Amino acid sequence: MTRRFKQASWNEPVVFELGNAKRRGFTFPKVDGEIYRKVGEVNQLLPAKIRRKNLPRLPRLSEVEVVRHYTRLSQMNYGVDLGFYPLGSCTMKYNPKLNETLAEHPGITMLHPNQDEETVQGILEILYTLERWLAEITGTHEVCLQPAAGAHGEFLGALIMRAYHQLNGDGEKRSELIVPDSAHGTNPASGTMAGFKIVVIPSDNEGCVDLNALKEAVSERTAGFMLTNPNTLGIFEKNIKEIADTVHSAGGILYYDGANLNPILGKVRPGDMGFDIVHINIHKTFGTPHGGGGPGAGPVGVSKQLAKFLPVPRVVFDGKRYRLDYNRPHSIGKIQCFYGNVAVLLKAYAYILSLGAKGLEKTAEISVLNANYLMKKLRNITGLSLPYDENKPRKHECVFSVEKLEKQTGISALHVAKRLLDYGFHAPTIYFPLIVKEALMIEPTESFEKETLDEFAEILKEIVKEAYENPEKLRNAPKNTAVPRVDEVKASHPRTMMLSWKMYKRKNGETRNNY
Amino acid sequence: MAPYSHPYIPNSLPEIDEMMREIGIKTIDELYIDVPDIYRLKKTLNLPESHSELEVKQHVEKLLSKNKTCKDISVFLGAGCWPHYVPAVVKAIIQRGELLTSYTPYQPEISQGMLQILFEYQSMICELTEMEVANCSMYDWASALGEAARMAVRVTHRNKILIPKIIHPDRKAILRTYTEPVGITIQEVNYETGTGQIDLQDLRAKISEKAAAVYIENPSYLGFIETNMEEIEKEAHEKGALFIVGVDPTSLGVLKPPGEYGADIVVGEGQPLGNPMNYGGPLLGIFACRGDLHLIRQLPGRVIGMTTTVDGSQKAFCMALQTREQHIRREKATSNICSNESLCAVAAAVYLALLGPEGFRELSEIIMLRANYAIQLLSEIEGLHVPVFDSIHFKEFTVNFDSVNLTVNKVHRRLLEHGIHGGKDISKEFPELGETALYCITEVHSKEEIDRLATILEKIVREK
Ligand SMILES: Cc1ncc(COP(=O)(O)O)c(C=O)c1O
Repeated sequence: MTRRFKQASWNEPVVFELGNAKRRGFTFPKVDGEIYRKVGEVNQLLPAKIRRKNLPRLPRLSEVEVVRHYTRLSQMNYGVDLGFYPLGSCTMKYNPKLNETLAEHPGITMLHPNQDEETVQGILEILYTLERWLAEITGTHEVCLQPAAGAHGEFLGALIMRAYHQLNGDGEKRSELIVPDSAHGTNPASGTMAGFKIVVIPSDNEGCVDLNALKEAVSERTAGFMLTNPNTLGIFEKNIKEIADTVHSAGGILYYDGANLNPILGKVRPGDMGFDIVHINIHKTFGTPHGGGGPGAGPVGVSKQLAKFLPVPRVVFDGKRYRLDYNRPHSIGKIQCFYGNVAVLLKAYAYILSLGAKGLEKTAEISVLNANYLMKKLRNITGLSLPYDENKPRKHECVFSVEKLEKQTGISALHVAKRLLDYGFHAPTIYFPLIVKEALMIEPTESFEKETLDEFAEILKEIVKEAYENPEKLRNAPKNTAVPRVDEVKASHPRTMMLSWKMYKRKNGETRNNY
Repeated sequence: MAPYSHPYIPNSLPEIDEMMREIGIKTIDELYIDVPDIYRLKKTLNLPESHSELEVKQHVEKLLSKNKTCKDISVFLGAGCWPHYVPAVVKAIIQRGELLTSYTPYQPEISQGMLQILFEYQSMICELTEMEVANCSMYDWASALGEAARMAVRVTHRNKILIPKIIHPDRKAILRTYTEPVGITIQEVNYETGTGQIDLQDLRAKISEKAAAVYIENPSYLGFIETNMEEIEKEAHEKGALFIVGVDPTSLGVLKPPGEYGADIVVGEGQPLGNPMNYGGPLLGIFACRGDLHLIRQLPGRVIGMTTTVDGSQKAFCMALQTREQHIRREKATSNICSNESLCAVAAAVYLALLGPEGFRELSEIIMLRANYAIQLLSEIEGLHVPVFDSIHFKEFTVNFDSVNLTVNKVHRRLLEHGIHGGKDISKEFPELGETALYCITEVHSKEEIDRLATILEKIVREK
């Protein structure tokens, strides 16, 4: 059976174009007459100087219309609940429904972060236990749950490096952060935010860290080295011991970008490999939903010698009670007002409890099996190539190049990606990592079964065939999505860009009238 | 490998064998052949066993039930995370799997839903603040402020930021975290002792051609409304500094929007707009700026634009101005942010669409009326000084216990015995204000709840 896909396409107006002057979508309880008697009207409380004169120009819809509008829009969106989402580096796995139910419990939704410790023992226990579990999984000494995402964790990690070198009296000197050319963009960007100069080193012809280049790059100016292992090609950095030794003997800190932790759960731990700081993308490895871009969570684990730099407060347990400890004189300070994205962390807690130690290891194994199986299935497709050692197993993902196809037919990775959408698959990550030309970065995760992988391989083969036989079809793809190819250039051109309804109105010559 | 099957992992034994055969391996272990043996984990992780759905549910619910929530006790806390009602519609929409389980909309054709909602979110934030551009979220208010400070420095090529002395101490700490590594100086502007308002003399003394921005919060951390926004704006712009304003958006139904008094950048906390407190996270960082290209080019984070399809046949949405971002600009990006708080922005969009202009004004009014009612009632209690500052307050206010010789902590303990959680103890944050607590009232606090708070407080003060 071949599946046919046609995404809903409602041509749904922008919310501001809907509704009617008198409609209401929500009502509040009435304010008691006695309150008015006591305090008067708001207009009497507020001097004109600081009072809002015109109502904000929000739309006026009934509750029914709001539900319909956003439900229709949801139908014009694709998620893991609908199908295969092999977006490399993003680990688009199943997001358990149970965890959504748990996160709606008033025991978390209706808890204020400044409540007395006596009243929040349950949530503190969850956070404390989760820290211990994540430390065990990553082989680190202490974990801080506060960062809101992976990049936030990277920023924290870079700040910890900085604090460590400063305490050693090396702060000024150690100003360089090394990253491989295959690194995700957040790595160098986070380094810059923490005040480091970024030094980029090339990968070798196996797609791994070029050890000689690393040896040349390290010096007494080195603050640290950021690496993900397996790397963004899905290849395990087998020289990790030499890499760690090189960085450490130069006095640097080794940082682990945890975006690719999924395939090594229970198999090998970053801490054991010599990484001093590790971030975890909870929204990748631990099955919490991405929500169209977030919220996620990016906990950071550190070795014993770096634990004193973690942000405050730390959740501590004296055997009877859980407490928040602010007394950490060497702490880098604060990166989050409270304790992190607790609702997301709660889901990760439930995820680990559901899978257990064995289930997490199985997760790793099947994610790797799926990636290698798919790689095998795709390898003999003409026009596709597998850069770097073809015989080396990959871990969570494999990166193909359509460079040959592009040369022969003009069909690029972008076209292939767009055509995949027509079949009801999300596209792989494209044009990343930067060291692979015309890259298709494919990460199937453990959440999809053999049938789906086979179907994907068949369709991709079909698409490549089409590229040779009927390339126009690919150039005009997608056709089955809510809208055909979107003009992204227009969206960013200063003259045509419309970043809000207000900007759109102004550019169309509408002036504001009272509302 | 154990013949172990878990509901989250579909592939089971027969397929696994088939797949291994296809790859040409006998054991899964062969796929880990390049992992040096010295590092291979030789034990099973010290974690719990696998549990069934029912067991997980019962276990987690049992832990969560240990917490005392706003349902069990009356909680009067705010200070950066506020109790507000989340309408049922908001919960229903954000649980739609198509939205919930999608990634960042890198492929716009198949992600129009999320893109349009985020565009609507941005647009509604622009309407509330009267700015022309908003991004589709930052982690929280504090990180938005940190990014705003850095943006101001990039725009002006200066490196000092003036901030009010009255600010959430954690927000200030995070601002330092974001600015100190790149050598930005933070300087505090004093407040007028009686009113808490920005001391304009002190602002004039401190501002100079070195200032990249003046940052003001309205309402302030301690809940009062800053009335001299126009004067402050004038000082900032005369010296060529940007004017950054921090807001609690629920005030913008009654307070003048920052765009009308000359703000260049607006930051704030969007959690009150349809997002539960969740013990402090996730939050929703609001970030908006004027529609000036010099500013837009330096904007951090993702921004969604309205465009058309390539064939020009219909409107469409996609991420805009990506060349500012880390995946393209790398170490020169305007920010490192990648995953953000999109689903919280979706919640905010649905919330604002539900309320509409009149509903939104009503929200602000109810909050302000009830908070001011509470202020009146508490100020009638002999010996309490409520509020500490002689200014207009919006939803939070200070209560001082110095005259009755009680510590905030003692009052808090007594209140808790009556099932009331009093305001946040700020006596260590602002020692100059003595034994003072910061109370918060929103639309979720009924008149009866406020009356009861007053009755019990009076009893505590009388019986001390
Ligand atoms: C390899 C890698 N590192 C870091 C990140 C950043 O993580 P986050 O989006 O959670 O900030 C990503 C996310 O896409 C990634 O793929």
